[in-house]
Amino acid sequence: MGKSKGRGAWTSVVDIFRTIGMTFVKGDWKTKVSYLILGFGELLRGQIVKGIAFLAMECGFIWYLKALGLKYMAKFSTLGTVATQKVKRKTVYGDNSFLILLFGLLTIFVILLFLVIWYLNILENAKEEELLKAGKKLPSNKSVIGSLFDKNFDKTLLALPVTGVFVFTVLPIVFMVCVAFTNYDKNHQAPTNLFTWVGFDNFKNLVTFGSSGFGTTFFKVLAWTLVWAFFATFIDYFLGMGVAILINKKGIKFKKLWRTILVITIAVPQFVSLLYVMKMFANDGLINGYLLKWGWIDAPIQFWVNPMLARITIIVVNIWIGIPYMMLIATGLLMNIPEDLYESARIDGANGWQMFRSITLPYMLFVTGPFLLTQFIGNLNNFNVIYLLTQGKPQSMSLAENAGSTDLLVTWLYKMTVNNTNYRMAAVIGIMVFVVTAIIMMSVYNFLPSVKDEEGFQ
Amino acid sequence: MKTKKVIGNTLAYILLIVISVIWLFPFIGLILQSFRSYDPAVEYGGMVDYLVPKHFSLDNYKFILSGQTNYLGWYKNTLIIAFFVTLFQTIIILCVSYALSRMRFAGRTFLMRFWLVLGMFPGFLTMICLYFLLKQFGLTQAGAVPGLILVSVASSGMGYYICKGYFDTIPKALDEAARIDGASRARIFFTMIIPMSKPIIIYTALVAFMAPWCDYVFASYVAFGHDSSFNVAVAMTRWVWTNDYQGYFTRFCAGGILVAIPVTLLFMALQKYYVEGVTGGAVKG
Repeated sequence: MGKSKGRGAWTSVVDIFRTIGMTFVKGDWKTKVSYLILGFGELLRGQIVKGIAFLAMECGFIWYLKALGLKYMAKFSTLGTVATQKVKRKTVYGDNSFLILLFGLLTIFVILLFLVIWYLNILENAKEEELLKAGKKLPSNKSVIGSLFDKNFDKTLLALPVTGVFVFTVLPIVFMVCVAFTNYDKNHQAPTNLFTWVGFDNFKNLVTFGSSGFGTTFFKVLAWTLVWAFFATFIDYFLGMGVAILINKKGIKFKKLWRTILVITIAVPQFVSLLYVMKMFANDGLINGYLLKWGWIDAPIQFWVNPMLARITIIVVNIWIGIPYMMLIATGLLMNIPEDLYESARIDGANGWQMFRSITLPYMLFVTGPFLLTQFIGNLNNFNVIYLLTQGKPQSMSLAENAGSTDLLVTWLYKMTVNNTNYRMAAVIGIMVFVVTAIIMMSVYNFLPSVKDEEGFQ
Repeated sequence: MKTKKVIGNTLAYILLIVISVIWLFPFIGLILQSFRSYDPAVEYGGMVDYLVPKHFSLDNYKFILSGQTNYLGWYKNTLIIAFFVTLFQTIIILCVSYALSRMRFAGRTFLMRFWLVLGMFPGFLTMICLYFLLKQFGLTQAGAVPGLILVSVASSGMGYYICKGYFDTIPKALDEAARIDGASRARIFFTMIIPMSKPIIIYTALVAFMAPWCDYVFASYVAFGHDSSFNVAVAMTRWVWTNDYQGYFTRFCAGGILVAIPVTLLFMALQKYYVEGVTGGAVKG
């Protein structure tokens, strides 16, 4: 299958080139000029709106290349060679590696986009010629604009969102992926210092063990991230379901009240509730205070100081956050289970636990498979809970770059960016988070029963 | 049989009461501490090891509302951010969802897969690059408020899943009937789909509105020490984290209460839609 797919892509590339060539050979002079001056053919054929749009894009492209693109593109391979110097008492700025990388990338994207537009322009010319040859009329300019609200409404709707995602997500991500291959860190800060390409050095550093490398720290943090995500997801999942079953139980009154009490945790902004809870567990906080007063303990329990205890406390506090959310979801789904399934089980003499195991649980696992997956991925990147509770502390001398015992990959990445300005390694960690997420997504997604067989549980 | 049921229910009630106490405890604590006197002659304003204040007073509320700190300014910033993010994000998500749910165009599946893959990158990875982009437009530090709005809104198209899932449940036959009657796509979107989607619009808006209240990470990075463009989360987190601010703990509680009350009430009022949204989203994934 992979082979035929590959051939399909190849033939479509060949097709594109054939179309470009054939249109040029067969086309009239208007079309031929359009290869150089975009929109020329359309304008002469009276397609003013389309023609102007194409022409404007070409002008914009040329302006961009002249004003910004070429200047930065030329230095892209070195990321700048002229260092900033102090001449007498004045600072003379040299190349700015950051700008060169950013605008270099932007230029590459702009060129690719322009090629697509150029190709679309050729297709448009070919289409118009064909219509005219067949004796048909070209669509009026008014209907071209009108189609943006009808047949081409998708383009109108998506133009802004797609541009936004490109500028504020795609470009920055590609930029940071490139940074992972440079030496951009606190000794190479633009604009005062240059940074440059270093190949796979940073990745080598990531898997180098010993005092100089990141290997030990990385695998420790990765292991905790996975352990955390596992416990945070599944403990909350089962306990949340349990609470939902408890509230749904026949004969329990004030169902709405119980639910509302739990839901408050979702409603109150986390920075208020979690910071308060953090202080509650502090050495001089409420919990230790009362335990000491009652004489249950002699010294404060080091909730946030002892690495192991800190991890357990985080997971416990996260239960407090996670149960209400799961409870809400489970409540809705539990009601969907047909009552007669339970009826017949009861007649067969099944007890509560058996009914849960053979009816409720399979149904819930089946329906919430995708939810569990997104929840797990979300917990891998659960910045708020970790950072508001411990900021990744307690710190350990044996870990690189201020990593602490409760740091997840994302909080470590954040610290590296903000505190240590070690952008090169932060970028590498970011890529690793992506790799871990992608591996889990792909390996689990195909095994989800609800994905495999959408109609299975009807 | 009957006694067994009674025992079962009693146990369930006990369990529920225990759960309720655990869940409410931090909030009760928060409220009680916010009323603790700040006057050093009477009581200490920082962390103490007991729950019920010895002297109730409004000191902390008076302090944060009196203008000695910029609390009202931070509050206003957060409100402005939340309002505009809600407005634009909802519009963008509706547009994207409609296009992806109802229209079939070249590159549709590619776009959806591509955005899914983009979502696997951690958000904070791009922080420095975004900071730099905003700086180019003068939208950092003093201009952090519009800057934060821009960043939140710009990429919001990627959060279309739940809304699109909802649109998918609206029968396509309705669209087709309207199209036969000569209605354009835009008209169907504005006069048919949107009025039918009240629950999901409220859900989308509610989620968009809640997020800025917790935004600490990016907000603190963009505002970078510029006090007047902080939001409440950035400003008040300092009171808890920095040791010099020890005595501000009760003030943090008071400020937190003032943030939590309106947000919580709003959430509770719209809870029904939230539940609908997350449940639908959880099942479809």
